[in-house]
Amino acid sequence: MSMNFASYQVDGFYDEMLAGPKAARPCAQNLMQTIQSLPPGEFERRQAAAERALMQMGITFNVYGEQAGVEKIFPFDIVPRIVSAAEWSRLEKGLKQRIHALNLFIDDLYHDQKILKAGVVPREIILTAKSFRKQLIGWKPPRGIWCHITGTDLVRHSDGEFYVLEDNLRCPSGVSYVLQNRQVMKSLFPKVFGTSKVRPVQNYPLKLRDMLEFLAPEAVATPHVVLLTPGSYNSAYFEHSFLAQQMGVELVEGRDLVVEDGQVLMRTTKGFERVDVIYRRIDDDFLDSKCFRADSMLGVPGLMEAYKAGNVALANAPGTGVADDKVVYAYVPRIVKYYLGEEMIVPNVPTYICAEEKDLRYTLDNLEKLVVKAANESGGYGMLVGPHSTKGQRAEFAEKVKADPRNYIAQPTLALSRVPTICADHLEGRHVDLRPYILYGKEIFVLPGGLTRVALKKGSLVVNSSQGGGSKDTWVLADSETVEREGSNGHAVPLSKGGLPLRSRAPGEDRIVDMSMLGSKGGLALCSAA
Amino acid sequence: MLSRVADSVYWMSRYIERAENVARFVDVNIQLMLDAPEGQDQQWEPLVAITGDHEEFARRYGAATESNVIKFLTFDGENPNSIFSCVRAARENARSVREIISSEMWLQLNRFYLMVNSAAQQRGGLDQHEGFYDEVKQASHLFTGVTDATMTQSEAWHFSRLGRMVERADKTSRILDVKYFLLLRSVEEVGTAFDGVQWIAVLRSASAFEMYRKRHGRISPRGIVEFLMLDREFPRATQFCLMAARDSLHAISGTPLGTFRHAPEKLLGQLCSDLSFIGVDEVMQYGLHEYLDELQTKLNQVGQGIVETFFAFKTPQPGKRPVLSAVQ
Repeated sequence: MSMNFASYQVDGFYDEMLAGPKAARPCAQNLMQTIQSLPPGEFERRQAAAERALMQMGITFNVYGEQAGVEKIFPFDIVPRIVSAAEWSRLEKGLKQRIHALNLFIDDLYHDQKILKAGVVPREIILTAKSFRKQLIGWKPPRGIWCHITGTDLVRHSDGEFYVLEDNLRCPSGVSYVLQNRQVMKSLFPKVFGTSKVRPVQNYPLKLRDMLEFLAPEAVATPHVVLLTPGSYNSAYFEHSFLAQQMGVELVEGRDLVVEDGQVLMRTTKGFERVDVIYRRIDDDFLDSKCFRADSMLGVPGLMEAYKAGNVALANAPGTGVADDKVVYAYVPRIVKYYLGEEMIVPNVPTYICAEEKDLRYTLDNLEKLVVKAANESGGYGMLVGPHSTKGQRAEFAEKVKADPRNYIAQPTLALSRVPTICADHLEGRHVDLRPYILYGKEIFVLPGGLTRVALKKGSLVVNSSQGGGSKDTWVLADSETVEREGSNGHAVPLSKGGLPLRSRAPGEDRIVDMSMLGSKGGLALCSAA
Repeated sequence: MLSRVADSVYWMSRYIERAENVARFVDVNIQLMLDAPEGQDQQWEPLVAITGDHEEFARRYGAATESNVIKFLTFDGENPNSIFSCVRAARENARSVREIISSEMWLQLNRFYLMVNSAAQQRGGLDQHEGFYDEVKQASHLFTGVTDATMTQSEAWHFSRLGRMVERADKTSRILDVKYFLLLRSVEEVGTAFDGVQWIAVLRSASAFEMYRKRHGRISPRGIVEFLMLDREFPRATQFCLMAARDSLHAISGTPLGTFRHAPEKLLGQLCSDLSFIGVDEVMQYGLHEYLDELQTKLNQVGQGIVETFFAFKTPQPGKRPVLSAVQ
């Protein structure tokens, strides 16, 4: 049966693709036509080809709590999520504003603490935050930047508005899926890319490397950048190696590095080499057993000493995590107002702070309506989704909140927007969020795209990969000005007129020529899969 | 490059080569047994002896029956030298150096693993493995070809070739050794028609039959020993492998050929000279098994020297300035 939208239900949610029954939003018309024009079975075939390609490319993640080395593919749905040029322009401004303010906030916390003195953010919230690192008080990081790489989670409510759900300022992951999903999609739907003016994301590794080199000690002419991973059993290991490869930098583990005379050195086959910039994907806690957790085997003893001597740059800066505390999140509107004197361009989700008496009472009285989150957990752990919980779960959670109110916030349950998603042989709406990636170097850069995570279970709102979530490609469309400036994605490269001398015409040659235009990885994998 | 990375690249290649060679041993033995005269005992034990794991095999399996040996060498996840274990280990090594190898290499190795893993899940009898050993050989050749065609031939590539060549030199010498030591221990078999079949099987297990015919024509034990051990042009001959390994070792360290800077260069240079200046008659006179045994011991020392020189973790000596990063 062919994919069509005749029986597709919007169900009263905001649908990213359809404005109403059978009616595509203007930005999605092109895509909808393509989907409907495919012969029966073709759409499912492409979905299967995408999954095979991802498996063969080894785009997998490790699951905590399962046997070491058990890999799964991050489920991928080939119906993309589209963001119009106008919407994106506002999101981009909003994210730049937010990151700018958060960086000023972190810097203030480790210096004069003006915002605490002014009573805008309660002092005890900061002082009791595990992620506030007293070791960094008075420290000025290279170029004054703390949060170099951020992944901010956005959701769209049924009112059609985008809201910021949370900030990920420590080691946000997922950008490799953005790049790989795009690679696969370009080989599956080359024609739609040609006509849809989708903005490219493939230059992210270049931007990332530029940003990292910008942080190097000034005296270093050609900075030596490395990516520090906890190792191949980390759940995001694939991403670490992928980014290192794409940036052309070395992927190192803690045991590859050593600190000597305040310099970070790397063990090589020819002796020791100096390291200038470290993109670390290890949490503060495990970074340096001499400075943070003494039992850490992952980091590099003495690293902080080299960092504070100005001999090596770390991204993100240690101590940055204080601003992605889920309780601090509730104060971000006031933080933006305090430092920039502006209203938030992209607002927060209204948030109840359990540390405040009134909000705590409201939360406990309305658990069945709220989503309650622990401050220092991620990946959907330590969380209660009120409307989907049982009475017993709510009672149990209420006890946890009462025991440690500082550690919890609550938010109304949002009706997350939906995107059509393949369910066996037809399409159904599934809830999504959006994580754009922001780099803060010489200037603030927002990658035009991002990770759209989708809750694959019917009705589910939890999009985390560890709990049954998958992902989709995110198409940010260009307006005519952007196309002028950066070109658009996926235009076929014209073959040169002369062509190559051919000995004889081999079967399947046309297809091989086609594939060569699709970019190396996706093209290769799909070629053999077909 | 990072010591840890060099270590992984080296072992990635060694394990792929090992998997291929185990597939060769098993495949050839299956063919050989099909040709064996009626009443002739099935010869599966020598196969376990080749890999050097006969004690573990005896402890866990007991009798060296066809199905036991095939299972042990092919799909046994607890035998570190089974095809399955080798490919899995190669992939784990590759996983930890994915940013060093080309995407195409990873793709091929991943496919290789998925193929072996799915065959291991089926767990059928011999009939169901029809073509499996050929696929393993093909997958290994493809990986080597992709490596040569897509990877910059700098330090990491040389570590990869070093691993492959050291492993292959060792395995070819073992093929020869086992044939001599075990298959030929009953004197009356020498020179019979069956003997010829066996020798052809040995050549086939090193993909050497046609190439041998071109070089030597007549099948004779002396010619075969000369070809598999001392040939400088046949890519699976021990001498060829040792020379290639030596070249890579010197490319890594930048030491001119004929000189040495560290233990493995010295040992490997000596080994190459030994094989260059010995004649096949001297080997036979000395005793082939004895000679090969010493060769394998020296090869182990080379392997050990490579580990100590390049991979072992050292701590910096205070006061000694580090090398500044050369390439970025």
